[in-house]
Parts: sequence; C-alpha cells; structure tokens
Amino acid sequence: MKIVVCIKQVPDTKGGVKFNPDGTLDRGAMLTIMNPDDKAGLEAALRLKDQYGAEVTVVTMGLPKAEEVLREAIAMGADKGILVTDRVLGGADTWATSQTLAGAIRNLEYDLIITGRQAIDGDTAQVGPQISEHLGIPVISYAQKIQIEGDSVIVERQYDDRYHVLKAKMPCLITALAELNEPRYMTPGGIFDAYNAEITVWGRANLVDVDDSNLGLKGSPTQIAKASDKVRKGAGEKVALDPTESVEYIIDKLKAKHVI
Amino acid sequence: MNIQDYKGVFVFAQQVDNVLSGIALELVGKGKDLAKDLNTEVTAVLVGSDVKGLADELAEYGADKVIVVDDPELKEYRTEPYAHALASVINEFKPEIFLVGATAIGRDLGPRVSARIHTGLTADCTQLDIGDFPINPVPGKEQLHNQLLMTRPAFGGNTIATIACPDFRPQMATVRPGVMQKAPREAGKKAVVVEFNPGFTPNDKYVEILEVVKAVSDVADIMDAKILVSGGRGVGSPENFKILEDLAEVLGGTVSCSRAVVDAGWKPKDLQVGQTGKTVRPNVYFAIGISGAIQHVAGMEESDIIVAINKDETAPIFEVADYGIVGDLNKIVPALTERLKAELAAK
Repeated sequence: MKIVVCIKQVPDTKGGVKFNPDGTLDRGAMLTIMNPDDKAGLEAALRLKDQYGAEVTVVTMGLPKAEEVLREAIAMGADKGILVTDRVLGGADTWATSQTLAGAIRNLEYDLIITGRQAIDGDTAQVGPQISEHLGIPVISYAQKIQIEGDSVIVERQYDDRYHVLKAKMPCLITALAELNEPRYMTPGGIFDAYNAEITVWGRANLVDVDDSNLGLKGSPTQIAKASDKVRKGAGEKVALDPTESVEYIIDKLKAKHVI
Repeated sequence: MNIQDYKGVFVFAQQVDNVLSGIALELVGKGKDLAKDLNTEVTAVLVGSDVKGLADELAEYGADKVIVVDDPELKEYRTEPYAHALASVINEFKPEIFLVGATAIGRDLGPRVSARIHTGLTADCTQLDIGDFPINPVPGKEQLHNQLLMTRPAFGGNTIATIACPDFRPQMATVRPGVMQKAPREAGKKAVVVEFNPGFTPNDKYVEILEVVKAVSDVADIMDAKILVSGGRGVGSPENFKILEDLAEVLGGTVSCSRAVVDAGWKPKDLQVGQTGKTVRPNVYFAIGISGAIQHVAGMEESDIIVAINKDETAPIFEVADYGIVGDLNKIVPALTERLKAELAAK
C-alpha cells in the first residue's frame, strides 16, 4: 500500500504570537512546528504501515525551511519526503494551494492520501477536501478511526452529535483530527536516517496538469482586503476578596445587571 | 465567467434527520440583510430526502425562495451527492453569494463545492458586509462596489482578516454557527418553492454508510443556553464539576467546559467552548478555573456578561472578564450557590 501524507510547517502559537508593525504576523520571529492535525495524520499513516505494511511519503508545500518538518516526519518513520517550493507558488489561498499539492501528488502512486483537518495558522479545513476534488477521489473528513479492508478503507467520521462508519473504495483522501491518536516520538535511529535522507525538491515545472492561472497569489480567487490584530473588548474589574466577600460581589453584580 | 449573470443571495439550509439546524435559520437571517443591501432576494437551498415540508419554516424565517433538492440518495449527509446537489444548483441558478454553515457538514461540503465550480471560499466567517474592494481606493486599480466582504478570525483568534472574492462567482463563505442572528418568525409567511433534481448516479466517489452512531445525549445545547457555567482544568477533577452543576441548576443554566477538560476525558466534546468547540454568546458566562487561552476566548468573548473565577491573578481570562474574582473556586462556587438559593427563595 502507498500512502501520501500532506503536512505543513506552522508557527507555534504556544510560544506567543508576534506581529509586524502593520498588523500582519511576523512569521520569522516565531518558532515553527509540524501542524498538530497533520502530525496525527502522519501517525495514522505510520500505524497503517505498522499494521498492514505501507510506503509513507510526506509532502509539504512551503519555503525551503519547511524541509525541517519532512525530516521530522522521516525521523518518526516516514519513508520519503518531498518539498514543493517555488517563488511563483507564494501567496496562495486554499484554491491555489490545493491545486499545487494535487499537481505534485499526480506524480505519485497512492492508495490513500491523509491530510490534517486544518492548520493552526489558517484554520480553514479546506485544502484536504479541495485536493480530493481536483484528483477526483472520495474524501472523508474528520476521521477519528481508520481501518483497511481489502481495497477499501473504513473510517469513523465525526459529526456534532454522531459519527458515521463509512466505507470508501481506495484511492481515497482522509482528513485527520488531532484527537485521532497520540503521535509517536522520533527515534534515535530515525533521527539518524532523517539526517541522511535525501529530500526531493520540486518546483513549478514538476507539477502535473496545473495551469499557471491556478497558482500562487495570481491564481487565488480570494484576496485580502484588510488584516489586523484583533481588537478585544478589554478587561473589566478584577477583585481579590475573601470567599464570602467574593460571593457578595458576584451577587451585587448579577443584581445590577438584572440577572437575578 | 460573466459576473453580471450572477444574482441573488443563496444559503445552504442544513438539516439533519429532517430537522433544520440552527445555522440554517441564522444564514437565512443574515442572507436577508445582505440581499436588502444588494436589492435582491434570499434563497434557501434545502437538500435531503423528504424534506420539502421544511420549506415553510424557512419562509417564516425570511426566505423569499426555497430550492428543494429531494432524493433518496440524500437521506444522510455524504460529501459527494451533497456536493453534486449544490454545484448543480449554483450552475443552474447562478447566485452572486452562497453561504454555508461552518459546521462539521459545511466545512466538508463548502471546500468540495468551491473546488468543483472554481471559486474562492472564506472559512469560518464571523462578519459579512457588502462594500467596496479595495476598501479604500488604490490608484490604477478599479474599485469594485457591492462586493461581499468576509471577516474571519485566523491564527486561533489572534488576527482578524477581511477577505473579498472579486473575480469569481458565487462569493462563498462558511459562517460560524451562533454568530449571526435569525430574523423574527413571521407565522404563515410563504416562499416560492422550486423543486430541482440534477440526478444522482452513484460512482466511486459515493462512500457507503455502514453505520450511524448517535451520541446519547440529553444535555441541552450549550449554544442555546442563556447562562453557562463553564469549567476548566482548574476545576481539578470530573467529580468536582458537581459544584458547577449545582450552580447551573440554581440559575437555570447549563454546564460547558474548555478544551483541556475534553482532552482529559472529563466532559464530552459537545460541551466544549472555543475555536475547536462551539461559539457561545449567553447572557452570563461563568469561567471557572479556566485560564483563558486565546482559542477559548474566541468562542465566548461575545457573551453579554463574563464572570471569571481563577486563583491565578495573571490568568488571561481576566483580560476579557467583566467581573474577575481572584480566589479559590472550591470555596467561592458552593458558597455562591447557597447564597443564590437563599436569594431566589426570598423572591
């Protein structure tokens, strides 16, 4: 079985978010990590590899620096890493990003494609389903459990108040939730392999069946009209009182606001 | 694509088990506002099996027109037949705006449809306006009017961006549930109902549903609650949520929680408030033992009154709380419950 996992290098929000003077994110000043949902997707692929035997290829689109997450994935147990990077791909929205990744994946053989549900920088959850549409294969989003049965995949798909057990014929694309599993750590042997691994680097010329008009900033239907740091309503009162006084304080406020 | 051919505001009227989801009515309400600004109509697109009966409810909440796509293949939500239904409606009726709820269904369906018809899609919007793009005139660039300006939080709520889709139609957005207001119901109001079936022939993209497992939950939906008593990791244990439940009961409220509580397995996911949970805007939100990570705040900051109780005076929750109490929740919460009981009994 051949599995392709799409991963993204994202700024780590836990380290605090830094802004440029114009209100846009200062990505250079922030630490980066492998996007958590993607890491769960990678772990799911590695478990299928452990259970059924599989070749796991990780693909990322980004700046040359994004090679770091490919090496991390190899250190966890992925077999191959492909970096898709090119100046003309920059500024892509989800349409252009999914076109780019689909164009890269058309070079590969695959039974299963796994992506994270969403990345913590954009939170759109769009790229996975859009890749599946471009490739003409079924998508199962929000996967909480994945099994293989013959030429099909059986997935528990989460909704608000229920889950569906779905069966799809492979090839198929699955988007993974961070809750799906607890990703494994890199192994010392894996780190050694990752250090020596050759990362395949592809540019625009390697993308299959994608028109220039669908790539990068120019190929993005959505355009940013305005971006800013969020204005919050700000703090109200803060008191430190003993418990009895605290209770009286809350009661007074609830009365003043006609809640009670 | 001739952009002038695209007219009208369409919304996806999500239903589950032949009951309209709250978001369907919220989108009709918002769609009506946008349609007014554009001097056009709002059309609800109702997709399912045996769902025609729901058209009247959509009309009473403000839909001018309802397009019904009714087919046995559409009984339970599946990506492919639903995407085919919406893409076919868009190709046939050419709306200028198409809104979908940012639910577990809409966030799967929206991207698939936008990719099929080649247009932009803005995710998880919290504000929608009609305006100019660029917002301010730029020399050498035509300023377009009557554009949909879609505002959304990004980066876990740290930044906010306004997005336009000037060159493609429809302008598509998914909209966070609980943010837009539904219009007042006008009993007896009717809409023009149009039935449309593009034909559904199963292919490899149709997945098979082996089983539907419904979560057994008689818990009230936290998005409908007027008073929420919400607990975080600081509550300490699943057993200790009892003191929050007691407080909620006295006030006629509902218990909700932070992501840390769900991750620890103390409470089910449907009670989670925040970026990856639900957006709530109750009259009163008690944040008890919740530190107030930005992702949590993104889901509750629109509450009318926020009361925070936390022993850590530096907890970020105090930055959004109207009333912050630095103290021990184990002492304050039970005492508050008792005091409220006495207060309410005296009335």
